[in-house]
Amino acid sequence: MGPKGMRVGGVVLGVALVTAVLVIYIASYLVGNTPAVRATTKPGSPRDVSLYIQTVAAVGPKLAPHPDWVSYLIRDHGRWVRSTVWTLPANATVHVTILNYDGASGLRNPFLGQPQGLVGPELVDGKEIKAFPPGQPSHTFAVPELGILVPVAPVADDAKNPCDVAPCTMAQAHRTITFTFKTGKKGHYRWQCFVPCAAGYIQGFGGPMQTIGYMDGFLNVV
Amino acid sequence: MAASATTHGGSGGQNYGRLFVILWIGISVVATPLTTIVLGRNIPPGNGSTEATSQVLDNQVLLAVSTPIAVFVLLFLGFALTVFRARGPELVDGPPVRGDSRIQILWLVVTTTTVLFLAAFGTFELFDAAGAGAGQGPSPAFLPDKHASALDVQVIAQQWEFTYRYPGSGGVETPHLVLPAHTLIRLHVTSLDVVHSFWAYELGVKADANPGTDNVVYVTTNGPRSFHIRCAELCGLWHGYMFDTGRVVPAAQFASWTTAQQATFKPVQQYLPPYATTYLPDPQRRAG
Repeated sequence: MGPKGMRVGGVVLGVALVTAVLVIYIASYLVGNTPAVRATTKPGSPRDVSLYIQTVAAVGPKLAPHPDWVSYLIRDHGRWVRSTVWTLPANATVHVTILNYDGASGLRNPFLGQPQGLVGPELVDGKEIKAFPPGQPSHTFAVPELGILVPVAPVADDAKNPCDVAPCTMAQAHRTITFTFKTGKKGHYRWQCFVPCAAGYIQGFGGPMQTIGYMDGFLNVV
Repeated sequence: MAASATTHGGSGGQNYGRLFVILWIGISVVATPLTTIVLGRNIPPGNGSTEATSQVLDNQVLLAVSTPIAVFVLLFLGFALTVFRARGPELVDGPPVRGDSRIQILWLVVTTTTVLFLAAFGTFELFDAAGAGAGQGPSPAFLPDKHASALDVQVIAQQWEFTYRYPGSGGVETPHLVLPAHTLIRLHVTSLDVVHSFWAYELGVKADANPGTDNVVYVTTNGPRSFHIRCAELCGLWHGYMFDTGRVVPAAQFASWTTAQQATFKPVQQYLPPYATTYLPDPQRRAG
């Protein structure tokens, strides 16, 4: 290969390397390096699954590169992991339990304070909730394409033994939210929080609200 | 350029100007009706509303005007590639290009007339179609007939979902947009956070959703159908997922739908602020 060919080859290789680095950077930013977690299946009932979730005010240094970011965690094989990409079977009934350790933030749109798209009611500490006042919810779990919206009840500001950093324990102040929904057909559905809960970011919707692996993610319905 | 084509172009110094003009007119006469009538009928956004139908007409007129221009450009390119190309082993300079006042005047007259015609036509269509489905801000300049009796529907954008409010039905808010058929609608588009854009594709409606601003759009629905809704302003991570499907339904079905929505969302109704053209939401304990 002559000097001209070497130069052309070098340029092509350089462009390919830079492109690969950019693609990896953007892809890793979008997915937040979070692996997909498969929902727990009831033995003998593959279409009856459970998700066990925790919401925390600060994810802490052990679980994320942004320790002070608000986040969702999910229970996977007995331990809490920071993943917001969850795999669910199609046409399944999904039973969800959210342990919320965070305080109130408040909804920008009060309309999003009413649970929607569920099978049965939303229960907070075992009690049915029809709608929340706009100042109350800590977060929401919402899957707009499936019409699902679940406001998450807050821990009181003066609660004893609050959890500052995840993972939190059952002994610490929390609220237990339970609900059930159906997945429907196969698809790739995004979910998000509608509460502007990203402290310190413009409109409360930057940082963890726009990084997969914290306050939003995907339901891989397969 | 055209002068050189007509007087010096081609091998052997032949005059190709006449041939070019004849070909241009001939192809344009055939191509313009084809693109305007055959292709033009299928031009977006369709006929979901009076405004959308008007936009199809606008696009047909633009096609009719632009087809001869496109034919001219492509034909000239074809001449340049075939007739006016240098042949033989020797590379020599082409003949000098000299000005031709007749062609310059003709060029100025044709282009000026075309642009002025399109400006006048576009302005007329804006008036005639009462804003042509575009957001007109809080004080619309183009008002349709009987605008006072239009059905008010509010579009509320937020990261990352549209919700809708019906002030004529007790201010009920809904997660989906349903409109009555053959009805003049006054959409009030606003945002609770950043700038979004409400785009109801088949209805020919597109309006920016700005926080603190009531962006008014008039649209007259045609018969029952579904239509796509998208956000058309990059608004964050889930901008690409900010979509929905709206429906135009018969008037009676619309009435029963609003009644059902009032019952469904009765629990949260007590927490909604009174209907207003804009909202500056509070509280935002953490949000800056």
